[in-house]
Amino acid sequence: MECQSALQGQRKKGEEVKTAWRPPGALTDSSVSWWCPQKCQSWQGELGRMTALLGAKSPLRRVAIFGGTHGNELSGVLLVKHWEEDGAEVQRTGLQVKPFIANPRAVQKGSRYIDCDLNRVFDPAHLGEEMPENSPYEVVRAQEIHRLFGPKGGKDAYDVILDLHNTTANMGCTLILETSKNDLLIQMFHYIKSCLAPRPCFVYLIDRPSLKYATTRSVAKHPVGVEVGPQPQGVLRADILDQMRRIVGHALDFIQYFNEGREFPACSLEVYRVMEKVDYPRKENGEIAAVIHPSLQDQDWKPLNPGDPVFLTLDGKTIPFDGDSTVYPVFVNEAAYYEKGEAFATTLKVTLTARSLNSSSP
Amino acid sequence: MSSTPSRGHQLDRVAVTGGTHGNELSGVYLVKHWLQNPSELQRGTFAATPFLANPKATKRCIRYLSQDLNRSFTRTFLTSKETQDGPYEVRQAQEINQLFGPKGSADAFDFIFDLHNTVSNMVACLILDSEENVFTMHMCHYIQKHTQGPCPIYLYGLPGQENYSLQSVAKNGLGLELGPQPHGVLRADVLSHMRALVACGLDFIDLFNQGTSFPAFDIVAYKIIEPMDFPQSPSGELLGFVHPQLQDKDFFPLKPGDPIFQLFSGEEIFYEGDATIYPAFINEAAYYEKGVAFYKMKKCTFSIPPLEAPEASAP
Ligand SMILES: [Zn+2]
Repeated sequence: MECQSALQGQRKKGEEVKTAWRPPGALTDSSVSWWCPQKCQSWQGELGRMTALLGAKSPLRRVAIFGGTHGNELSGVLLVKHWEEDGAEVQRTGLQVKPFIANPRAVQKGSRYIDCDLNRVFDPAHLGEEMPENSPYEVVRAQEIHRLFGPKGGKDAYDVILDLHNTTANMGCTLILETSKNDLLIQMFHYIKSCLAPRPCFVYLIDRPSLKYATTRSVAKHPVGVEVGPQPQGVLRADILDQMRRIVGHALDFIQYFNEGREFPACSLEVYRVMEKVDYPRKENGEIAAVIHPSLQDQDWKPLNPGDPVFLTLDGKTIPFDGDSTVYPVFVNEAAYYEKGEAFATTLKVTLTARSLNSSSP
Repeated sequence: MSSTPSRGHQLDRVAVTGGTHGNELSGVYLVKHWLQNPSELQRGTFAATPFLANPKATKRCIRYLSQDLNRSFTRTFLTSKETQDGPYEVRQAQEINQLFGPKGSADAFDFIFDLHNTVSNMVACLILDSEENVFTMHMCHYIQKHTQGPCPIYLYGLPGQENYSLQSVAKNGLGLELGPQPHGVLRADVLSHMRALVACGLDFIDLFNQGTSFPAFDIVAYKIIEPMDFPQSPSGELLGFVHPQLQDKDFFPLKPGDPIFQLFSGEEIFYEGDATIYPAFINEAAYYEKGVAFYKMKKCTFSIPPLEAPEASAP
C-alpha cells in the first residue's frame, strides 16, 4: 500500500516511549475529577494551555471515535455501534480507543438533534454553567461529553477525537481541521491523504473566528472532523461506509506509528480555508426563492468564478456568483444547512506546512 | 370548478398535491410556487388545483408528525370519529377527503397527481394501484413517449388490500416518485424533471378532454411482490447494509445467488429466491423504520385496451 511505502526508511524507536508514559487516569463515567477544576472560569487561560499542548510531541494514548453527533448521519452511527460490539478493527498497540455514540437520543429518533445542534454547543457559555432543570438535551449531553472526554482545554482531555459525519453534498472524503497551527494533525491528514490516493481527500480548515463553531470533538487536544458524502440522511451506503472506515483505519495507524517513534518528515498540506457562508435568495416570509443551479450542484471543491451561475429560480432566472475572485464552494446543497441559512460555503486554497514529527523528541 | 353532468366523462376536477411527505421537497416547492402562480396548471379544458397535503410536516421538514399520511386513506381512518385529539395525519386525511373526495363517490375529483421524492435511484417512477386502471395506464404510456428518460411503472396494489394512498381519494390518480434526491434537499435537475412530468400528464388530460381517442398497446410494468427486510438482530439493530453491487440498481434484474447485503463483519448475503426479480426503492431512507431494504417486484407485460374519447367532447 502507498501509505506503507511512504514510511519506508523511517526510523522506529518506540519501546521505551510506551513504558515511560503514564496515563492521566482511567475512564469511568462517574469520575468527577474529569470536570474542569476551575469550572472553566478562565477560558482564555485554558485556550492558552491548549495551544501550548498542540506543539507537544508526547505520545497519544487515548483516542475516541464519535459517531452520531448528528443522529441521522448513519455511517458513523453504525460503524461505532459495530465497534462497540466488536472493537478488534480499531484496536492498536499502546492505544486506548473508545467508540462512542455522541447523541444517542437523536440516533434513536433518526434525527439530526433533539433540541439543538450538539456540534455547536461546546463553548464556555454552554459548558461552564450550572444547568437549569429544563436545559436542552444537547447542552446536558455536551457537559457529559466534556466531563468524559475533556475537560476542553485541560491536560486530562482525550488526545484525539475522530468525529464521524456525513453530508448530502458531493464532498467525497473530507477531513476538517480547526486550526492551521497543529503540526500533528497536519502530519496526520497528510498521511491519510497519501494512503487514500489516488482517491482525492480534501482538507477543510475552519479557523476563522467568526465562522468557527464549537464542535463536539473540540473537547479533545486534537479534534479531527471526518465528513464523507454524498449520502442522504437516514441512509447507509456501502461505498460511503467503506471510505469512512478506511479513513478511521489510516488515522489510527498514523497514531500508532507516531507513538512507535516513526519520524514524519516536514510536509506541506493543501487545505481549503473557509471564507464565508452564502445563503439562498429568500422570499419575504423567509422561504427560499431559488435552488442551487444545476451547474453548481455536486461541484464541491471545484473553482467558482465571479459571474458563474449559482442559483436558479422557478421562473428560470439564473443568479450569478457576485464574489470578486475565484473561490472553491463546499457543502453545496447540504440538507441540514437549509435551516442555518447556508446554501454553500466559499473557501480559498491555502498551503499549510508542518515541522518534522516524532514522538520521542523531548 | 364544478363538474356538470353533461360532461361526465371529461376530467374537469384535477388536483396536484405536494408535501404529502413533508421532507420530499420537489413537490413542496412546486406546489408552493403554483399556489402563487397557478397559470402553469391551466389547460384549455380545465385548471388543476395545487394543494399542500401535509403543511405541518412540511413546515418542520419531516415525513410526518404522527403517522404516514399516504397510508391514512383507509375507511377506518376516514370514518374515525376522534378527530380533535386524534393523530394529525388522520385529521388531515379527513380534510383532504372532504376537499377532493369523498373517496369512492361520484363527487370525488377526477384525478390527483401526488408528488413524491425518493433517495433511491428510481429516476421518474410512475406509481398507481393496478394495471386495470385503463385511463392512468394510458397516461403513463403517453408520459413515457413524451418525456425524456425512463419512467418505470410501479403497481403497488396487492390482492385483497384496501387502497390507502392519498391519490385513491380521486377517481383516478398517479403518484410521481422522483429520485435520487436526499430528503430535505432540492435538486434543480429533479425539480425540472418533475415539473415536466406534471405538465405532460396535464397535456394528456387536455387532449383526452378535447376528444382524442388513444389506441390499445402493450406495456411493461412492475408489480409488487413483497418487501425484503434488512438483516437485523433480534432487538431490531441493523446487522448489515445494501450490497454495493445492488445499490442504485432499482428495476435491474436480481437473480438467485446475486449479492444483496453486506454485514459489518464483511460477510455477504445472497438472494435466495427461485426466480429473477426487479428490486425497487432500494435503500430508501423512509423505509428503515419498517426494516425494509427494498421491494421485490415482478416484471409484467400488460395489454391495455383502447381509451375512447369522452362523450359530448367540445367541438
Ligand atoms: Zn454532521
